[in-house]
Amino acid sequence: MTTPLRGLRTAPTHAILWVAAVFVLVPFLYGVLGGFKTSGALSADPLGPPSPWVTGNYTDVVTSGPFWRQLANSLFIAVATTALVVSLSAMAAFAFARFAFRGREALFTLFTVGLMFPFAVAILPLFVLLRAFGLLDNPLGVILPQAAFGLPLTVIILRTFFRSIPKEVEEAATIDGCTAFGFFWRVLLPMARPALATVSVLAIVASWNNFFLPLVVFNDPNLWTLPLGVQQFHGEYMADTARILAYVVISTLPALAFYAVAERHLVSGLTAGATKG
Amino acid sequence: MSTGVRAVTGPGARPAPPPGKPFGKLSGKPAGNRTGSAARRRRRGWVTAILFVLPALVLFGLLVLAPILVAGYTSLHRWNGVGPPGDFVGLDNFTRLFRSEIFLGDLRHGGILIALSLAVQLPISLSLAVLLNRRIRGRAFYRLLFFAPYMLSEAVTAVLFSLILSPEEGLANRLLTSWGLQPWTWLSEPDTVLMSLFLVITWKYFGFHMIIYLAGLQGIPRELSEAARIDGAGGWNVFRHVTLPLLGPTVRISVFLSVIGTIQLFDLVWILTGGGPSHASETMAVSMFEYGFKRSQIGYSSAISVVMFLISLVFALGYQRFVLRRDLEGASTAMGDHR
Repeated sequence: MTTPLRGLRTAPTHAILWVAAVFVLVPFLYGVLGGFKTSGALSADPLGPPSPWVTGNYTDVVTSGPFWRQLANSLFIAVATTALVVSLSAMAAFAFARFAFRGREALFTLFTVGLMFPFAVAILPLFVLLRAFGLLDNPLGVILPQAAFGLPLTVIILRTFFRSIPKEVEEAATIDGCTAFGFFWRVLLPMARPALATVSVLAIVASWNNFFLPLVVFNDPNLWTLPLGVQQFHGEYMADTARILAYVVISTLPALAFYAVAERHLVSGLTAGATKG
Repeated sequence: MSTGVRAVTGPGARPAPPPGKPFGKLSGKPAGNRTGSAARRRRRGWVTAILFVLPALVLFGLLVLAPILVAGYTSLHRWNGVGPPGDFVGLDNFTRLFRSEIFLGDLRHGGILIALSLAVQLPISLSLAVLLNRRIRGRAFYRLLFFAPYMLSEAVTAVLFSLILSPEEGLANRLLTSWGLQPWTWLSEPDTVLMSLFLVITWKYFGFHMIIYLAGLQGIPRELSEAARIDGAGGWNVFRHVTLPLLGPTVRISVFLSVIGTIQLFDLVWILTGGGPSHASETMAVSMFEYGFKRSQIGYSSAISVVMFLISLVFALGYQRFVLRRDLEGASTAMGDHR
């Protein structure tokens, strides 16, 4: 009795959600299906199912050297950036959360102000600086600035978390003879694993999707990351739409797979500040 | 990444209370207890703290703060990037900037995109969040799907949409003509290009804002809207007078992120349109890239960076001072109980 009534009441809701879902899905579907077509078939019938199914576009991408090299580059840069930013931030956040020292609030404020500096603002002088340091066409030229720009958010999230660990834990550790570093390394970091996971996920995603900095730093195609590779491929095969779609789809898979695995951490990171006001 | 949600608690926020933890105690003894060893221990505590902060500080200073200063310095010179910046021209680059039709256009485009985001994209995100906050079939699926575009890089998104929106072969126009409608010009006409750009921005980012709203909504106790309903309020009134006010802090954060994100928009525009046709979709960051990296006018391009920086800074500080301050005050009273 109640079920059909309820179904009727939620019908408009479902209709709205469904329209939004179609809006989001169509570009994805177009990409995935389009990759299975020849470019001729794609322009004749952009959204219909492929007939026949052509796998050549995808296999060409997967068997090509540049794709795997770009994947490896993206992966290396993301992992190195994340390791750097999370370790430095954890140390700084530890000091900000659990030491009372002169100048602490001023220093912390300095970091939080960094959140307001858009990356795009700094990119030109960064380029000049990196050139002076000889870091152009060097993965470090991307890793170090990415880590630097990731510091503010990471420090803030970790500091909040470190503060929430009760001081009894610290007193117990101190009584047991722990030094500051020992407490940090053997007690705080293991306890902070969820928070570390969250900030790591944010750092990986930011690095993985970065386009502007690698565009400016890397001239050498051997160093290109996936976003650069996709853009370059687009320019190179302008007319061969189906082939470009295959490249786009495959380069998207790692990000979406990662999203499926890390969704919880990602969302908790993004909403960490928004809900805690 | 533009998730500076806690930026707002930076300067101007109440200084956090000292933690009063054992390590803190080393450096915070009452005056009467000052013995030689206490002073020594306090110095040691200070040294330890600084050692922990130092690596982050060095990286931050060298690669975040220094570039801003370098930009400020080079913006006062005419410099093609070779050799040391020699030709000091004072504020010439800036006066040239504000007489440039192109740059004034950049500002206008930014303003239009911000207005569209606030007036269209965020309300859509909020409505969908409200719908998905109900117990409804397929809720997890919708949530996962709507957020998925946020995971793609702007570069990938731009390439995908440049194919979809291409004038003749593209999906969008194929669909329109197959329904018997006129094809649309999308990215190829100055009149339509900003709208198309906004469409792509919405596709990529509405899910992000929706997730933030959903998190905010979940912090609002259900009893409140139930009570309002019992008092006879309809759905719209419950939303208007109960949900929306309580969601205020979340909305204000989302507005902040949206504006800051639009000010520095680059990847999408650069790949989709390159700023064209005839500068109609150019943003400040695109201009900066064009002059700095393509034409080697580093001084002029630095001036654009500085203006971008000042706009972001003034907006961020002003927003924090006048809009977000209420949230910080409220945090300890009304909202404090169910954070």
